Amino acid sequence: MQVFTCPFCGPRNETEFHFVAEAGKVRPDTTQPISDAEWATYLHTQRNEKGPVREVWMHTTCAELFVMQRDSVTMAVLGTQALRKDGS
Amino acid sequence: MSKYSMFRLLREGLTGNRGWGQAWRSPTPKAAYDAIVVGGGGHGLATAYYLAKNHGITNVAVIEKGWLGGGNTGRNTTVIRSNYFYPESAALYDFSVRLYEGLSQDLNYNVMFSQRGMLMLAHSEPEMEMAARQCNAMRLNGLDAELLDRDQVRRLAPVLNFRDDARYPVHGGVIQPRGGTGRHDAVAWGYARAADALGIDIIQNCEVLDFITEAGRCVGVTTSLGDIRGGVLGAAVAGHSSVLAQLGGYDLPITSYALQAFVSEPLKPVLDTVVLSPATGTYVSQSDKGGLVIGGGLDRVPSYGQNGNMPVQETVLGGLAEMMPALAKVKLLRHWGGIVDVTPDSSPIIGPSGVEGLYLNCGWGTGGFKAIPAGGYFLAHLMANGAHHEISRPFDLTRFETGMLVDESAASGIPH
Ligand SMILES: Cc1cc2nc3c(=O)[nH]c(=O)nc-3n(C[C@H](O)[C@H](O)[C@H](O)COP(=O)(O)OP(=O)(O)OC[C@H]3O[C@@H](n4cnc5c(N)ncnc54)[C@H](O)[C@@H]3O)c2cc1C
Ligand SMILES: [Zn+2]
Repeated sequence: MQVFTCPFCGPRNETEFHFVAEAGKVRPDTTQPISDAEWATYLHTQRNEKGPVREVWMHTTCAELFVMQRDSVTMAVLGTQALRKDGS
Repeated sequence: MSKYSMFRLLREGLTGNRGWGQAWRSPTPKAAYDAIVVGGGGHGLATAYYLAKNHGITNVAVIEKGWLGGGNTGRNTTVIRSNYFYPESAALYDFSVRLYEGLSQDLNYNVMFSQRGMLMLAHSEPEMEMAARQCNAMRLNGLDAELLDRDQVRRLAPVLNFRDDARYPVHGGVIQPRGGTGRHDAVAWGYARAADALGIDIIQNCEVLDFITEAGRCVGVTTSLGDIRGGVLGAAVAGHSSVLAQLGGYDLPITSYALQAFVSEPLKPVLDTVVLSPATGTYVSQSDKGGLVIGGGLDRVPSYGQNGNMPVQETVLGGLAEMMPALAKVKLLRHWGGIVDVTPDSSPIIGPSGVEGLYLNCGWGTGGFKAIPAGGYFLAHLMANGAHHEISRPFDLTRFETGMLVDESAASGIPH
C-alpha cells in the first residue's frame, strides 16, 4: 500500500485517490472556432512522461481536486498542493 | 537456418545436443539499412520477418535496447483470441489468429498455439443478454462464437464457482473455441530466428536515443552504438511509445500503465480453457507445466515502473478466489508487471507517425500479444508501400481527429 497526501485531509491510503489528468492542459476557448486538430489534441494527446510528472488527482473521500508531483518510474510522491492558490 | 524437425531432434538427442548452433546471429550494426525497426518485441521482430518474407526487403535492422522479448512480449499471459465487437477489430485480430494457426509451420518454430477456447462468463440475466449480443456480433463478423448456458459452462469448467452463495453466480457465457494460449518467448524467438535466416540483423543491447531528421524526413537513429541510417523506419516499442514520440517530435494519445500477472505453483490439470470473469476482470488459464496463469485489469496509476500495485493484486487474486474457491489456497510462484500503452479507445495505432519516413505500431495496451503476427504484417506493409493495407487503415492515428474511434473498451467490455 502506498500513502498519498491530500492537501486537505493529510496522508491517506492510495485507494482513496483517483487519477484525473495531466496538469497544465488548457481547454481551448470554445466561443471561438477551433480546428479539429486542436480539439483532438486537447481531448486525447498525452505527454505521458517517464520520470517526474505533474498531475491532477482527486481525493475521492473529500472530493477535492489537487496537484500531485510524482516520479512515474519509482512511483515516489514528490509533493501535493491544493489547486486553489489561496488555499481556501 | 538449419531446420528443426523430428529427425533433427532424434539426431541431436543421440549426439549429446552439441549440434544445435545459435538460433540467430549477433551482428555489429552497419552504418545504413534499407529499413530500421525500433523495438525487439514480438511486433518489431514480426515486422522485420514480414518485410523480408512479403516484400523482399532483407537489408533490415531490428534495434532492441535490452534483450529480445524482454518487454511485454515476454511478460504477458499469452491469451490469443479475436472475440471483438466491431467489424474493424474483428478483421484485424482474426487476421492475427489465422496467422497464428499456421505460425509454427511458417516459422519452423513451435509457438505452442493451443486453441483451447476463450470463455467469457456472464453473471446475471442482463449479462446473458449482453453475451448473446456479443455472440451475434462475433458471428456477423465471421468469427466462431457459441452462447453457453450454466450447465454447458459447468461441463466445460467444473472448477468454477457453482455454489448457491456465489457472489458472482455463473449464468452462462460466450466461448470462442478458436481462442487459446501460445508460448510468448517462442513467438519472439521464432520470428527472430526466421528473420535472421532471411538476412535481417537483430541488434540487442542497443538503445535508440534520438531520431535523425533531415528536411523533415526521418532518416535514421542515434543509438548507444552510434548512428544508424535507414531508408524507412518503424517503431514498435509498446509502453515506451511516448518516450520515442518526444524524441521524434510527434504527439500520441497514449498513457502508460503497469499491468500485472501472476503464476501459481504447478497443479494437476484443473482447467483446459481460458476463463475471464468480467465482474472482477480476473482471467486464468493453466499452462502445460501446471501453473495457473492469472491476469486482470490495469493498475490505477500511470506508470513506467515495471512492478505491481497492491490494490490491484487484491482485486485480481480476490477475483480468482471468488471464481474458483477451490483454488483459494494455491500459492503463487511469481508475479510481475509490464508497461502497457493504453489509447483512449482501447484500439491500437498503426500508421504514419506524422514525421515522414517513420511509421508506428503501438497502443495495443493489454492485448497485443494476440496481435503480433498482424501488427508485424501491417507495419511491414506500411513501411514497404508507404500506404495502409485496408485492414490497418481504420487504426490510423488520424482517427482521433476525425472522431472515427474504434471503441472496443465500451463495445465488447474487454478491459484493455
Ligand atoms: C502482464 C501482462 C499481461 C498481458 N496479457 C496479454 C494477453 O493475455 N494477451 C494479449 O494479447 N496481450 C497481452 N498483453 C499485452 C502484450 O504483452 C503486448 O501488447 C505485446 O507484447 C506488445 O508487443 P510489442 O512487441 O509491441 O512490445 P514489447 O514486447 O514490449 O517490445 C517493445 C520493445 O521495445 C524496446 N524498446 C523500448 N524503447 C526502446 C528504445 N528507445 N530503443 C530500443 N528499443 C526500445 C523494449 O525494450 C521492448 O523489448 C499483456 C501484457 C502484460 C504486461
Ligand atoms: Zn481529502
